[in-house]
Amino acid sequence: MEFGDTVKVLRVIPLFAKLDPTKIKLIAFASEYLTVEDGEELFHEGDQADGVYLIDAGTAEIWLSAEDAEVLVGELSDHDVIGEMAIFRNEPRSATIRARGTLKVLRVDADMFLSVVTQNADAALSVMRILSEKLALAADRERELANRINELEAT
Amino acid sequence: MEQSIFKFIFRYSMRQQVLLLVFTGVSLPFLYMSMDLPKTIINEAIGGGEGPRQLFDRPLDQVQYLMVLCFTFLALVLVNGGFKYWINVYKGQMGERMLRRLRYLLYGRVLRFPMPHFRKTSQGELISMITGEVEPLGGFIGDALALPAFQGGTLLTILTFIMVQDPFLGIAAISLYPVQMYVIPKLQRRVNLLGKERVKAVRRLSERIGETVAGIQEVHANDTSELERADFARRVGEIFEIRYQIYRKKFFIKFLNNFIAQVTPFLFYSIGGYLVIKGQLSFGALVAVLAAYKDLASPWKELLSYYQLMADSQIKYDQLIEQFQPADMLTDEQQQPMDAAPLPLEGPIIATNVTLEEDGGIKVVEGATFSVDSRATVALAGVSGGGRSGLAQVIARLLRPTGGLIKIGAHNLATLPEGVTGQRLAYVGPNAHLFSASVRDNLYYGLKHKVVREPDYEGEALAVRERYVSEAEAAGNTTSDPGADWIDLAAAGVEDTAALADRAIETLTAVDLDRDIYNLGLLGTIDPVGKPDLAARILEARELLHRRLDETGAGDLVEAFDVDRYNTNMSVAENLLFGTPIGDEFDFDRMAQNAYVQKILADTGLAGEFLRTGLKVATIMLDLFQDLPPDHEFFDRYSFIGSDDLPDVQACVRRAETSGLDSLGEDDRSLLMSLPFKLIPARHRLGLVDAELSARLLDARQQFAAGLPDDLRPSVAFFHQEEYNAAASVQDNILFGKLVYGRRQSQSQVGALIAEVIDSLDLRRAVMEIGLDYQVGIGGSRMSVGQRQKLALARSLLKRPDLMVIDQATDALDPGTQALVMDNLFKARDRCGLIWVLNRPDLADRFERALVMDSGKVVAQGTVEELRREGGALNDAAGGA
Repeated sequence: MEFGDTVKVLRVIPLFAKLDPTKIKLIAFASEYLTVEDGEELFHEGDQADGVYLIDAGTAEIWLSAEDAEVLVGELSDHDVIGEMAIFRNEPRSATIRARGTLKVLRVDADMFLSVVTQNADAALSVMRILSEKLALAADRERELANRINELEAT
Repeated sequence: MEQSIFKFIFRYSMRQQVLLLVFTGVSLPFLYMSMDLPKTIINEAIGGGEGPRQLFDRPLDQVQYLMVLCFTFLALVLVNGGFKYWINVYKGQMGERMLRRLRYLLYGRVLRFPMPHFRKTSQGELISMITGEVEPLGGFIGDALALPAFQGGTLLTILTFIMVQDPFLGIAAISLYPVQMYVIPKLQRRVNLLGKERVKAVRRLSERIGETVAGIQEVHANDTSELERADFARRVGEIFEIRYQIYRKKFFIKFLNNFIAQVTPFLFYSIGGYLVIKGQLSFGALVAVLAAYKDLASPWKELLSYYQLMADSQIKYDQLIEQFQPADMLTDEQQQPMDAAPLPLEGPIIATNVTLEEDGGIKVVEGATFSVDSRATVALAGVSGGGRSGLAQVIARLLRPTGGLIKIGAHNLATLPEGVTGQRLAYVGPNAHLFSASVRDNLYYGLKHKVVREPDYEGEALAVRERYVSEAEAAGNTTSDPGADWIDLAAAGVEDTAALADRAIETLTAVDLDRDIYNLGLLGTIDPVGKPDLAARILEARELLHRRLDETGAGDLVEAFDVDRYNTNMSVAENLLFGTPIGDEFDFDRMAQNAYVQKILADTGLAGEFLRTGLKVATIMLDLFQDLPPDHEFFDRYSFIGSDDLPDVQACVRRAETSGLDSLGEDDRSLLMSLPFKLIPARHRLGLVDAELSARLLDARQQFAAGLPDDLRPSVAFFHQEEYNAAASVQDNILFGKLVYGRRQSQSQVGALIAEVIDSLDLRRAVMEIGLDYQVGIGGSRMSVGQRQKLALARSLLKRPDLMVIDQATDALDPGTQALVMDNLFKARDRCGLIWVLNRPDLADRFERALVMDSGKVVAQGTVEELRREGGALNDAAGGA
């Protein structure tokens, strides 16, 4: 994908939508446009976290390892952000990301991502919103699971 | 060592000194004659009237007589010069031999120093002593006897000459010598004391410099450069003060000398003149004596300065010797190469009341008494600082106990020669050192105890070698040839070098270093002329890899080099060169400045295109980067333009926009033209290298190669499908292309395919051998700490010792690798005993026995099972870790 198109992609991703154009161009220039073929991994649980991925097109599956098997816990699609948590926490990847069909992503280097997010209030707010949504989602899940356990114990 | 420099001189150079004296003695009569002859020439040949003269009963006329005497004089001049030349060369040779011997002796003593001594003596001090401080001694040793003999002899000769003329004036000429001989040494003594101070101060200075270099990280990390500068300034100031004092005293001595030397003529003029006036002395005699006295001055001065040099050298020697005889050195015999391979050390290690005391009376190990089989596996546990490490080094005989006794079987460890302890025992510490050489050299280091096979020298080389041996013997140096074959194959248990390499790779695998070495091998280069077979096989791998890439559908992960296609995953510079640069000529970063490249661009009409593209790149870069703070890391990582150059580029772009590209000056043009070289189409995706430009660049590539002048040919190794590229790594030769940007798995997939190809062609072993040639850098700095530890372990394993002492030598490894390496060593140890200082006592369960230390004492010993069952010490140590 050409540089100019990359800038357009970044513009529609909520996280970067409010950045000034120069910053977006800088991110676009420093980013890598990656193609991940069907079934290939973008990264693996436990890998060092070195960047954030933005989905341009395609579907990414989130897999968690549990005991001996892997469990599909969710999926992400266009304009979603992948892998920002590991960057903030400075920890290895907490899940494995695999492409379903051809997945096209932009990879933004960890340092570049952090410098943008820490220097721009709007971007920081966007990150908080994304993280809050994930937190709310996790809380919902927990509630659901707790209910189910209760039901099982009741029977 | 000899306690004074004269003892040293007599012991090692008596014969040469005597020969020198004899020669000096023989030369003196000629000197006398050459002084006497001019008088005869003037008085008898030129003066003395006409008429025939007699010479050895042959009649000669006056002119003939004059000529004979003059040519005799010329011959004497030659003879005297010849003597001087020979004596000087001989003196120089002798002095240098003695210097070589002295340095060799001192270095040999350093090798025998007890280890704790190195805590008190710094590297800097030792270096300055063995290199700088001994240097002037060589000069003195050459002069030690010859100079006083020669100058003394000259003095006596001249004095005799004067005495023959007039005994009274002869005595007058030397009348003040006793005064000088009394006063000067008194003054000199003070200079000597200062000289001692100076030597010490300089030594401390070199120690300080050594410390700064060693601690340079701390200096930067703590911003203490001013403190270091201040300390350094004080020390050089101290040296200045001492030297200033020395100068003042030295030149005062000189002043006094000169004064006294002039007092004598004063006596001649006054007393001699008075006697001439009174008619008691002839005028001619006074003139002759004055002339002779002038000749006396030079040897006398030489003698006096010899005296000063002698005093100085004695001090230097004394101070050197002082530093090189610490108590408890290994004996010379203990370090001599063994005639035969030492017998294995068998039997139990028995320690009786072993104590290791440091300076200041701190007992690192106190009264350790234990007995373990030397072939057993023993965990040496306990808290850090409890004496584990000290005891481990005592068992490895790196330290000798200050009290008590430690034996292996019937042998007292302290007195065993190093040929036994160094070959039958192995020790790997936490900071094992690597020498600046290849991985292979470091690995084989433990097999090189003495020359195994002399190289076959022939012709010129043989003559050089023979001369080296005879000189080495003359200076008491070893004649062992460092270029010979030193590798003791039998010690490693193999028959030939190929089997040794197999063993080496086996041990590297045991310490989990095989993959690293393999990877280093992939990044290494080979000389295809020296190894044509290997090069051919690597080319085969290239072909196979590309076939496999197509077969597995991974062909799009690599963009292969194709001389007829523009490679979008390479920079413009790389595309133009289409080869590997050798040296700096075609360095990619400075390609735009290269005259030949500029010529090619002009010839192909690309110069204008580069200018326009350069302006576009510059504009984009300014847009992206001008808001960043100047020192931002993104400049280094992403920008084509450094932050320092940004203002220049800005001005340049403005000029181009206002008055057009054509009106730009030379600097602006070359600035803009340098930018497109860095473009990698697939990476930067700026759309600036379109199909048309690519085609024209291809054309430029062909012209570049076709027109390359002969003198530039060695500066580039072009990519050829059918040829091995000597300048590129093995991996790049196999890949023969670029990994494409934008494919997540390209690196790992292609890496796996390369490995597959290498294995299927049986090349892994060859690649590892290339990895063995990797240079580890000074102190192993080009390897990680973990790799260094692993290599040190492999080095010990390779020499097949009877007992390995491993002192926290896997600490830099992650816990998983630590356990893996330990398991591998247990498997590979054969019958070798293992004593392992453990930082993680949870690993102790692998061992048969354990010794637990606390506060320097062995607080528990027994089988690991027993100790675990009893609870207590071993478990506490485990808990504490």
